[in-house]
Amino acid sequence: MKHIKLILFICLSLCLTQAIVAQTATDPPAETAPAVQPPAPPGNVILKDLPNDEGHGILVRWDLSPDDGAGRNTVISYDIYRALSPSAPDSLWMNVGTVVLGTKRYSDKSVEKDAPDFLPKKTDLYYRVVAVGAGVRSTPASAGPVQAYDNWFNSMKMPELIFCIVFLILTVRFINMAKRGIDLYVRPLAGIEAIDEAIGRATEMGKPILYVLGIGTAGDIATIASFTVLGRVARKVAEYQTSMIVPCCDPVVMTIAQEIVKTGYADAGRPDTFKEDSVYYVTSQQFPYVAAVNGTILREKPATNIYLGYFAAESLLLAETGVLAGSIQIAGTDQVSQLPFFVVACDYTLLGEELYAASAYLGREPLLLGTLKAQDYLKAIVLVLMVALLALRVITGADVISKPFDAPWW
Amino acid sequence: MEQTASMSTQIWTTVGIFLTFCLFSFLYKDNPFYKFAEHLVVGVSVGYWAILLYYTNLRQNLLDHLFQPGTWTPKFDELYYIIPALLGIAMWTRFSKKYSWISRYPLALFLGISSGIAIPVTMKNNVLSQLRGTVVGLGFDWSTSGFLGVPQGFWDVVVVVGTISSLIYFFFSKEHKGAWGGAAKLGIYTLMIGFGATFGYTVMARISLLIGRIQAIQDWWKLLG
Repeated sequence: MKHIKLILFICLSLCLTQAIVAQTATDPPAETAPAVQPPAPPGNVILKDLPNDEGHGILVRWDLSPDDGAGRNTVISYDIYRALSPSAPDSLWMNVGTVVLGTKRYSDKSVEKDAPDFLPKKTDLYYRVVAVGAGVRSTPASAGPVQAYDNWFNSMKMPELIFCIVFLILTVRFINMAKRGIDLYVRPLAGIEAIDEAIGRATEMGKPILYVLGIGTAGDIATIASFTVLGRVARKVAEYQTSMIVPCCDPVVMTIAQEIVKTGYADAGRPDTFKEDSVYYVTSQQFPYVAAVNGTILREKPATNIYLGYFAAESLLLAETGVLAGSIQIAGTDQVSQLPFFVVACDYTLLGEELYAASAYLGREPLLLGTLKAQDYLKAIVLVLMVALLALRVITGADVISKPFDAPWW
Repeated sequence: MEQTASMSTQIWTTVGIFLTFCLFSFLYKDNPFYKFAEHLVVGVSVGYWAILLYYTNLRQNLLDHLFQPGTWTPKFDELYYIIPALLGIAMWTRFSKKYSWISRYPLALFLGISSGIAIPVTMKNNVLSQLRGTVVGLGFDWSTSGFLGVPQGFWDVVVVVGTISSLIYFFFSKEHKGAWGGAAKLGIYTLMIGFGATFGYTVMARISLLIGRIQAIQDWWKLLG
């Protein structure tokens, strides 16, 4: 009996031991999770005043953290901080930008004086770049001081400068030629030749001429081109003793237009017949202006409508109303998107640059004629350059010509 | 749950729709309703513009630099703002026959500065960007299929030929005769194809504006119902 008890005890002990071993085998081993290590900081932070700006930019460059795309590969992004002192407490280091992994530069630029991150010029600034991982951050890599300066010369605009100088030389040369009386040929422009005819028609019908300068400001090239045609039209109108209406969308345009029309009447020897009210301001908003001009067209029924200048969505609205009123219509704009509407609704249309050529063609004044010729020769240079560069590209088979266009010029 | 519009919303929406119909009546002919809407919209826009100009230009760009904001206490740190102020005041001399010549100086300055700014911008946008787009922007890839299944390289050649012929059309120093005239004709055809595409695109945009207005009328009708 005693042996039986001993055997049972041993068996029970063995079963328990087996059960404990089995349980231990199925339990996961108790982990000692290693702490997530912050990435290594970026190195060699270099600060430089941002070139070609108005003095509110700093270029920050750095070497990538060893853990960016390599090493432990834990970098997600970089935070860039700025402060006015290297010993500033952490709260005064302003986060001015964040860039994704693999980025080695950041342009810190803030021009607005009232913005919280405004970057003052000619002030010592200090920077920190921190590599950021998942919930961890590297120790900051610091650099400074650096100051932002404004630049007198924007080297990125070198191509414009070169072309403007070439254009200037051509303009001066052709103006001098025109002044010396050398005949400079300009091919006939149908739309422009129709203007005199249209003024004559208005005189015969005893109805006014409506001249619309568009909705541009006095600074738009199309408006400036239109001013010169307006002067010529005003002179003719004064000579023929007919009347003209010039509703304006911009107060400055109106003031200049008044001066031009007045001068046109004076040149024709009839300053007394000029009515200041014939050139008037309507409103500066596009569609109210259109509503008013459309009303004028239907009530006054002008014999001729001339739309020259900067036009947007109102082009078709005006031109269609002109058709309803039975007016002869001559239009011209450099807005490519509006030209189709003038083409379908007007009798004559000056396409884009023809508007610029119109004033020179009409007046034959040396200043305008010389400028038109210079434009033509600049176009010829561009044409030759285009053909030569395309030929070079086809012959070499390589994209050798893209670099001068893409790279900073200095 | 259906929301009921307030009386104020109903009234103002009705006014808006009434003015819409007034303007649409122009399609028939000029009439007193159109005249009323025309004069109203011009008057409101001038008033709105005057206030907008005061707050966004005169006050923000001038008065706030010469006086403490919100007061008439002068500031002396930006006194050079007196120059544009004087130029602006000079424009008012137009109301005097004797001194109106003074207003020509700010006008001349304005035109000169505007032209100075516009010329380099035009040079960049209308000349250099176009040159770059034609020379660098095209791939001349003959292996990729483009529009109508024709290799893309062909369409790039079409763009180049179209650009060059259009430039020839705008050359004013030579008469359009012979081969030159033929190239210019090709240029004007290219332009007209472009205009046709623009016309269709813009007409679609205008139709969407009309649909928007018709929907507004529909919503107003529901609002009343």
